[in-house]
Amino acid sequence: MGPALKLVAQRLALGILLLFLVSILIFVGTLILPGDVAQSILGQSATPEALANLRAELGLNDPPLTRYFDWLGGVLTGDLGTALTNGKDIAEALGSRLSNTLFLAFWAAIISVPLAIFLGLLAVRYRERWPDKLISAVTLSTISIPEFLIGYVLMYFVGVKLGWAPTVSTIYDGMSLGQKLNSIALPVAVLTLVVLAHMMRMTRAAILNVMQSAYIETAELKGLTMFKIIWRHAFPNSIAPVVNVVMLNLAYLVVGVVVVEVVFTYPGMGQYLVDHVSKRDLPVVQACGLVFAAVYIGLNMLADIISILSNPRLRHPK
Amino acid sequence: MMKNIPFAAAVGLFFTALYFFVAIFASLIAPYGMAEVVGDVWEPASADHWLGTDNIGRDLLTRMIYGGQTTIFIATVATIISFTTGSILGFLAAVLGGWADQLLSRFVDLVMSIPSLILALVILSVTPVTVPVLVLVMGLLDSTRVFRLSRAVAVDINVMDYVEAAALRGEGRRWIIFREILPNALSPLVAEMGLRFIFMVLFISTLSFLGLGVQPPMADWGGIVKENKDGIVYGIGAALWPAVAIATLAISVNLVADWILNRTTSLKGGRG
Repeated sequence: MGPALKLVAQRLALGILLLFLVSILIFVGTLILPGDVAQSILGQSATPEALANLRAELGLNDPPLTRYFDWLGGVLTGDLGTALTNGKDIAEALGSRLSNTLFLAFWAAIISVPLAIFLGLLAVRYRERWPDKLISAVTLSTISIPEFLIGYVLMYFVGVKLGWAPTVSTIYDGMSLGQKLNSIALPVAVLTLVVLAHMMRMTRAAILNVMQSAYIETAELKGLTMFKIIWRHAFPNSIAPVVNVVMLNLAYLVVGVVVVEVVFTYPGMGQYLVDHVSKRDLPVVQACGLVFAAVYIGLNMLADIISILSNPRLRHPK
Repeated sequence: MMKNIPFAAAVGLFFTALYFFVAIFASLIAPYGMAEVVGDVWEPASADHWLGTDNIGRDLLTRMIYGGQTTIFIATVATIISFTTGSILGFLAAVLGGWADQLLSRFVDLVMSIPSLILALVILSVTPVTVPVLVLVMGLLDSTRVFRLSRAVAVDINVMDYVEAAALRGEGRRWIIFREILPNALSPLVAEMGLRFIFMVLFISTLSFLGLGVQPPMADWGGIVKENKDGIVYGIGAALWPAVAIATLAISVNLVADWILNRTTSLKGGRG
């Protein structure tokens, strides 16, 4: 077994361990907090009978450890329980919403990743000249505004004033791909802008870092052409940092999606989570939290694995 | 020191100070009462109402000023909590080392493996949404980042000769943390403080926008967006003013933080 494979196996094991610990954290986070969970769900005016019923339904009378393992066992077998508010199966509701969310995130990623790498390269090529300064000024201001406000700014100017795109993104199964894309145009634009700024800044830093190494200077002094230097020396060494940047930002998309979905009333996971947090629907919140955490951890793990695999030093052991 | 402030930092400093000034003296500056209905729904800007009125006819400028007070107050307190907890635990981890360091660091890794918004939402689903709870949740979640930074800085300082000299002199842990490490770790921490403050402003605005932050009738920038967002589809831009406020505040604080960071790195370069 090569060192690369061993490292990959280590990362996988670590990721699974982390996910397990996170499930404990999410479970405990809703328990240890002060006050009675049933009370805070129903409010101060709840009758003692209603409280007792809810406690029985949530299984609050069992010891926490039993409850945790019941919940974990359910999660592992795909049974996420039923929502308190409408009694529906959570796994079913999550399924379609998760695919909607992934659809949104997928298109945002497809647009933002190549664009960010291109802009990052452009900024490096014209470092300290006006294209670089312009790009960094624009990205600094998009970083300084929260996602939901970028959403409304775009909705106001592009959606309402110019009328180029729908301001509410409803999608359903019967729509054609074109209709769906038209309807998610604005949310995708918002997510792209938010992620693009981070990704571009980090790509720029990563490539600049590689371009300043001693071996690039050596290659230059050897008299290689610029193209050859980038292709043979800079590119293989910047795959790992750039992939890392991309993955980190895809993970960031997962969070951005929560807010952007609420802005454009898009039927995805994020809206589902936020709705049920205000309704204090504990099982749904725990399930959504776990799914979000799993996606986030999974992407970070993937970033680690890809950078291990793309590292020439690990791929060709001496 | 004050003579050679670069232009960008001076602009940043000016606007940051302005925002804090307006926030502190909100009740003196605001032209109307916070929840006072003074006109029609969504009146356009006029001499009486510089920014127009909001979704139920309150003066928007007044709402923005009081909103700034709430937002800046919450962000400031949360930043203070995040810094005291994060840096004290970070320094302790660095000074103690061993299993205490391992325990704290691995726990922080665990908390940071989930996006803080998601964790905050999970916690807020079972706690009452009040200002003290919000401040605590935000501050403690964010203290993980401060912990990492202060631990990293303190680990470097902890091996310096003067710390060793203090330890040999027989000084206690408290002395070493507060008299030896803290003064030397202050500059990078202060620069980080600006960034954390901005993050807090964005965080509380997002929570309020989602309806899980500051509750009405109190005003805050995220809440103002939530209240006025329905006007957007009719072409009424009332909900966009918080964007202007947040963006200018964030950029000015960033400029100041950048400047402090640059000063400290040149300081470090000088030292060795």
